[in-house]
Amino acid sequence: MKTENQRAWWLVAPVVLLVAFNALVPLMTVVNYSVQETFGNNQFFWHGVGWFQDVLNSERFHAALGRQLLFTAIILVIEIPLGVAIALCMPKKGFWASVCLVLMALPLLIPWNVVGAMWNIFALPDIGLLGYALNAAGFDYDYTQQPLSAWFTVILMDVWHWTSLVVLLAYAGLVAIPDAYYQAAKIDGASAWKVFRHIQLPKMNRVLTIAILLRFMDSFMIYTEPFVLTGGGPGNATTFLSIDLVKIALGQFDLGPAAAMSLIYFVITLAVSWLFFTLMTRNEAK
Amino acid sequence: MKRLTWLVPTIYIIFLMLPIYWLVNMSFKTTNEILGGFSPYPVEFTTENYVTILTDPTWYWGYINSLMYVSINTVLSVAVALPAAYAFSRYRFLGDKHLFFWLLTNRMAPPAVFALPFFQLYSAVHLFDTHLAVALAHCLFNIPLAVWILEGFMSGVPKELDETAYVDGYSFPAFFTRIFIPNIGAGVGVAAFFCFMFSWVELLLAKTLTAVEAKPIAATMTRTASTSGYELGLLAAAGCLTIIPGAIVIYFVRNYIAKGFALGRV
Repeated sequence: MKTENQRAWWLVAPVVLLVAFNALVPLMTVVNYSVQETFGNNQFFWHGVGWFQDVLNSERFHAALGRQLLFTAIILVIEIPLGVAIALCMPKKGFWASVCLVLMALPLLIPWNVVGAMWNIFALPDIGLLGYALNAAGFDYDYTQQPLSAWFTVILMDVWHWTSLVVLLAYAGLVAIPDAYYQAAKIDGASAWKVFRHIQLPKMNRVLTIAILLRFMDSFMIYTEPFVLTGGGPGNATTFLSIDLVKIALGQFDLGPAAAMSLIYFVITLAVSWLFFTLMTRNEAK
Repeated sequence: MKRLTWLVPTIYIIFLMLPIYWLVNMSFKTTNEILGGFSPYPVEFTTENYVTILTDPTWYWGYINSLMYVSINTVLSVAVALPAAYAFSRYRFLGDKHLFFWLLTNRMAPPAVFALPFFQLYSAVHLFDTHLAVALAHCLFNIPLAVWILEGFMSGVPKELDETAYVDGYSFPAFFTRIFIPNIGAGVGVAAFFCFMFSWVELLLAKTLTAVEAKPIAATMTRTASTSGYELGLLAAAGCLTIIPGAIVIYFVRNYIAKGFALGRV
């Protein structure tokens, strides 16, 4: 049981100060821009909720949000089951388990723009292994020209980059299951599926929630990898929310709409993450 | 059936290695050979790309800059996260749960949202284009993560340890540094690993907050790709070199990595 101690605030004070400096000041700047109009010369005029209405009604925002949701949904549907399956098949201890862990963690530590550049080279239709192989196999594949190829490449890249995170989490959940559970299942003559459904899956519940939460947040913010790979193209085919936002804010310098869009974007991420977080802490309380 | 399970991780690892292999392959080719056509291994083997990077200061300073701000960030994040995580794991205080969620929300904020305000903020405090600026900015998402991981590890340490130490007459700082932190050594390692990882791979903020003096290797790479034509070999070699620090760090934490990914909560 935790004891009540208000002096604990002193222990968290440095963290609060550092994070607040980084979070509150920029957030207030964004809020400030989102309600003002500027015609240059650093002169700002009150614009109310106009920018929010513009963004919420704009086709462009709807399209980017739609692409973002589709992308996040696809990669969650692929990466979570795939990661669990790989973790189930992995050796549980010993030398080979370490080898698997080290090799699988490698993509996670490659800078994101290098991931993009690597896949850019890997998927080039003429000199890249993937592009060359696909074209040789009779597919008409060119990610710089065809939206479908571009989507395929971006999704494959994300699966390559992040499935290991799900594997490592699921693996951590699996090795924490005591042997006694398996022995009991063996005595009862339970099938592999029943062991998975009634022992392994419930025991992985918590780590899988973390996996889904992290994968949701990070895929929803994805910027660097698709930006380096396709630049958001061809056309706007792979322009996800962050790419669109940076285009508006730093490319066109439309501060008002960009700020309004930032806040709407942040609120969506926050709402979904809050949902996961509540689910997770409720599970922990049980 | 049971014998074939090793195939699944094997195929997956081959899939993971293919793009890396291709990058390494490209890095040992001459530009002529790359543009000349498809070849699965370098025919005219050359180390010229690596020589260029390791002898040109604009290139190798990129690595030094990156490693500098990543180190500052890792030390800073873990140092301030330790006492905070202790507070969250041991005490109840006014607004603790809200504070914890607020910290986490910063891990959820898309960096794209903060790029422009960050630029203005760090320009205003005269830190623009310094290593400290990037290190501080990365605290935004690394501190919450470090607190979260450390809190998980600390909650696994029985409270009796604290009580015994206080009975023995230890003051809080002495107990914390001499007894408690050594007890969660693995947790500190994992937290440091994660801070290193997310600071090392992030580019958007690092690029926004630097110009010349503290420019990270990732930004050097993007500039090369766009200005001097299409020097794929050079780009590939630079990419290969960015993988090495990560590989070294993974090797050291290989036994704790899985637990760390579960944020100590297994």
